[in-house]
Amino acid sequence: MALTAADVARLGELARIRLTDDELAHLAPQLDVILESVASVAAVAAADVPPTSHALPLTNVFRADVVTPSLRAEDVLAAAPAVEDGRFRVPRILAEES
Amino acid sequence: MSILRSTAADLAGSIAAGDVSAREVTQAHLDQIGAVDGAVKAFLHVDTDRALAAADAVDAKRAAGEKLGPLAGVPLAMKDIFTLKGAPTTCGSRILEGWVPPYNSTITDKLLDAGVVVLGKTNMDEFAMGSSTENSGYFTTHNPWDNTRIPGGSGGGSAAALAAFESPLAVGTDTGGSIRQPASVTGTVGVKPTYGATSRYGVVAMASSLDTPGPCARTVLDAALLHSVIAGWDPRDSTSINAPVPDVVGAARHGDVRGLKIGVVTEFGGEGYQPGVEQRFREALATLEGLGAEIVEVSCPHFEYALAAYYLIMPSEVSSNLARFDAMRYGLRVGDDGVNGVEDVMNLTRGAGFGSEAKRRIIIGTYALSSGYYDAYYGSAQKVRTLITRDFDAAFGTVDVLVSPTTPTTAFTIGERVDDPLAMYKADLCTIPSNLAGNCAISIPCGLSPDDGLPVGFQVMAPALADDRLYRVGAALERELTRRWGGGMLDQLADSDAGAYLNLSQAGGVR
Repeated sequence: MALTAADVARLGELARIRLTDDELAHLAPQLDVILESVASVAAVAAADVPPTSHALPLTNVFRADVVTPSLRAEDVLAAAPAVEDGRFRVPRILAEES
Repeated sequence: MSILRSTAADLAGSIAAGDVSAREVTQAHLDQIGAVDGAVKAFLHVDTDRALAAADAVDAKRAAGEKLGPLAGVPLAMKDIFTLKGAPTTCGSRILEGWVPPYNSTITDKLLDAGVVVLGKTNMDEFAMGSSTENSGYFTTHNPWDNTRIPGGSGGGSAAALAAFESPLAVGTDTGGSIRQPASVTGTVGVKPTYGATSRYGVVAMASSLDTPGPCARTVLDAALLHSVIAGWDPRDSTSINAPVPDVVGAARHGDVRGLKIGVVTEFGGEGYQPGVEQRFREALATLEGLGAEIVEVSCPHFEYALAAYYLIMPSEVSSNLARFDAMRYGLRVGDDGVNGVEDVMNLTRGAGFGSEAKRRIIIGTYALSSGYYDAYYGSAQKVRTLITRDFDAAFGTVDVLVSPTTPTTAFTIGERVDDPLAMYKADLCTIPSNLAGNCAISIPCGLSPDDGLPVGFQVMAPALADDRLYRVGAALERELTRRWGGGMLDQLADSDAGAYLNLSQAGGVR
């Protein structure tokens, strides 16, 4: 099932990571080796074995609907890459033509 | 009294008794960091002013006659994965370079409330992904026993800080072995508590169903004291367990294994295990038997699939968790030139900000979760997780604890596995099952491997919420080995030629 550099570029796109050509060439064979070794899980994963997503039996956790202290806006914005008028400034979110 | 060679328990006692001030203790450790961290490189950030102020606050409390907690005034090295308000928190990644969190993790708050003095933030593999600190976006930490060797990972900085006597306590996180494997290769003690026993709030997430913060120390009792400070239910962590913390300190003081049934995991030995590691492990078993424990072999047939299941489940969770680093609200932003749209900026930022291991794991996770492959990879891995839990349940039906070497080899050489991901992953072979099942485990030093003179770790695994058993076995083994060696594991480093650069042999008379 050898992954090609193009496959890895596509996965990078899905994961929002721009990979260089060097990275693609380097990653593809490494990922192949890893995927080949982890494929062994299928050998024992019989149909009658239930999956475990979590170590603990989880139930949804609710808290009372009351106002509790939260972070101050200026403390949060202090860590932002760009700020304008007391808000996060982000690059345009729509394409020029669509 | 040698401040640097004292245990945390003794330091706290001396501070409470007024024999030494918290400031003197903190200053001594800051001085040691100044003297040796150029060689060890355990710290990403040393918080001198904050540490001294925290120490002064403890001294003032004592002067005012207030009662001090069991670790008040004792210094601690904090893995750079815990948020600490006002101090940079990078998680070893360039994508978070310069980020100063506006809040504390729950564990940070618990430590500060207990009067523990945080010296600074320690180096780690980027986002806790690695077994050597070589994946840190900043630099590689060096093993204090041999500066050409890795200190383990991901929490190599915390473990190295302990072994270099830069701090008597540290905290780490263990997702696949990131506390225990560094403990093993540095001759220190590291504990992965039961999943959910320690809060993940304010701990940068890697794989949320596996991540477990825990204590690191040079002695079993010190680890227990720290465990009891940081553990406990936290309403801000939805997977936190609302149950009493087991009496780990009592177990560490007691350290009696008479009548305890210890199961040796058959699958964790043989090919791929360093002979010196297996030798010290077998000797430790004989020691425990001599102390009154019963040793039996136990087969856990699905443990051999644990590594494969882990390297599907963990990257899947990683690919989801690391989506938050999107260059919008905090952290690095690249390519925001007024022309590029938000998708381009995300792509460029993540391409520039993540290191190669983070990229590998995000891509693997994205692949494993993609339609058409989900059932074969992620679905099968979740089934293996069930089978491993069943193996543990069956084993704990007949024995009180399971044991194995912590990791198959001693510390490997820096650079040796850096371009061979699979070889690197094998360092976690014995530690991963407890993460998948959510139970608890400890690594305790059990000697120096005769083939290379480097530390070997002994792992004990116990059922969920039976963390006290780890300390019971650990304390028994440690007490007997310390008696035989005429000192602790790290005393052997401090008094050796290899440890001469730590400048401890002169001051080391009293312990």
